[in-house]
Amino acid sequence: MTELQAGQGAQTMAPPRIDARPQRYRDVLVALVAFVVLALLPMMFGSKQLLDFVIRCAAYGLFATSLNLLVGYTGLISFGHGMFFGLGAYGFGLMMQKTGVAIPVAFVATLAMTFVVALVIGAICVRLKEIYFAFVTLAFQMLIHSTILSWQSLTGGDQGLRGGIPRPPFLGIDLSNHLHLYITSCALLVIGLYLMRQIAQSPFGYTLRMIRDNATRASFIGIDVWRAKLTIFVLAALFAATGGMIMALFVSGAYPEFAYWTISGEGIFINMLGGVTTFLGPMVGTVLLLILNDTVTRLTEYHGIVLGIVILFFAIGLRKGLMDFVVEWFAQRRGEGSG
Amino acid sequence: MLEIRALSKSFGGVKATDNVSLDFADGSLTAVIGPNGAGKSTFFNLITGALRPDAGQILLNGVDMAGKAPPEIVRHGIGRAFQVASIFPSLTVEETMLAAVGADQRRAAVMHRRFPLAETRDRAQHAMELLGLASKRNRTAATLSHGDQKLLDIALALVLEPKVLLLDEPTAGMGTEERWRMIDKVRELWEKQKITVVFIEHDMDIVFKIAPEIVVLCYGRILATGTPDAIRSNEAVIEAYLGSDDHAGAVA
Repeated sequence: MTELQAGQGAQTMAPPRIDARPQRYRDVLVALVAFVVLALLPMMFGSKQLLDFVIRCAAYGLFATSLNLLVGYTGLISFGHGMFFGLGAYGFGLMMQKTGVAIPVAFVATLAMTFVVALVIGAICVRLKEIYFAFVTLAFQMLIHSTILSWQSLTGGDQGLRGGIPRPPFLGIDLSNHLHLYITSCALLVIGLYLMRQIAQSPFGYTLRMIRDNATRASFIGIDVWRAKLTIFVLAALFAATGGMIMALFVSGAYPEFAYWTISGEGIFINMLGGVTTFLGPMVGTVLLLILNDTVTRLTEYHGIVLGIVILFFAIGLRKGLMDFVVEWFAQRRGEGSG
Repeated sequence: MLEIRALSKSFGGVKATDNVSLDFADGSLTAVIGPNGAGKSTFFNLITGALRPDAGQILLNGVDMAGKAPPEIVRHGIGRAFQVASIFPSLTVEETMLAAVGADQRRAAVMHRRFPLAETRDRAQHAMELLGLASKRNRTAATLSHGDQKLLDIALALVLEPKVLLLDEPTAGMGTEERWRMIDKVRELWEKQKITVVFIEHDMDIVFKIAPEIVVLCYGRILATGTPDAIRSNEAVIEAYLGSDDHAGAVA
């Protein structure tokens, strides 16, 4: 099930399955299996480090996959998607610290706040052509970052939200328990990915692909391009905010870096690593980047150089992400096998 | 019934469409001809909302389309295909059709399933069969031949079940034989679908052979309208357009 970008590698595309039902059941099955495997991990490996790693993968994976809904599916290259990651983390953290509501309430309220902010920013941005869209989303990211820095009384400025985030237990789930936090993060990741997969495969998802390929033609078959772009911009923001909330829970706080433009940059980086033509590409990219980050920082202080070389290898050497490469390789082999 | 009333559009000082009034009866097949720069494409762009008219009305069954955006005009039932095939390169033929019908059915809000309705598939299937693309359903649009891409473009317009179909040079960039195949297809579609078809065409042989109605545009104005015989013998047409270039042979 590859989603090939306009113009490139189209000849290797395998016949897609259009049947609705098998697809849906298969997605549910994959999601369930993934969740069970993740939930069993703590029993097989006692390592807290591994669980921490998976929690971070959940946070960044949701963020990067939601960015791919914009970049890969709709052709909207946002350089400000990280602002919603930051908003999620700060919104959730502040709500828990200041109001003391139950965690699910804060979760929904943060999504609601993100919805409103994304709607306003999206309404301004999605009308703009490619490069301007990229710049203006970046500008909004900077705006939100500097607001967080300067609104010290609320956000703690460059110190971030300190003092920890209270986690009153709810429904028998105690997020101050590391294992509970781990399972909750995995559940959010799997549910989030499943929902995004449904969006990508829905008629609306195909509307997005049409807009990416040829927005003019899309408008001449009756599609309101602006509205479709705004819809996916807002939806993607909600998943990014969910990633931010996982991060806030994980570090028990929120820091200005969560809303800094480098988060958006990392999102793009992850998408380039994993590839934007498959749904799970960004997830693979997330795992790759976090492993790289962790190992390289341990080995050398010049980790920036190493990461730069790796991305140059993917961008110039492979000219695609890892998952794109793998999928094309399989498609080619299958092509040789049958013909 | 598509009625054009005093439609005008200027670019700077150039009147690309100058006070054009035309009626297209339901179920008619009309060819629009005229030398390069006669304003044929502008005329289409005005009707479909790609350009906003300076003045005039575009009445589809009495509803004015002038000034509306393309998506709205499409939903009122005016579909179009483009001079350069305008398709979705990375989607397959079948995905293209399903996606177009899905968007038309306003199923965008249904996020949880993939083209679930039998009706969606039937419409997509029907359009592919009409255009002879059913056997290429799993081909990616970018890999189709030029002619098939043009057919896919037309299929995209047709799958929306328009009342009026505007075809901007369906035979552009084709060899002689392919042209005839395409134009036979257009005529077949017109006969089967019983819709109003308006097409732009350069080849006089084709126009005179298949179009019951012809509109001649020149410098943005209507030079003549009528049956092939009437156009063939129209003095103004012969002088201004047909007689002045290599199409003369086709007229004689």
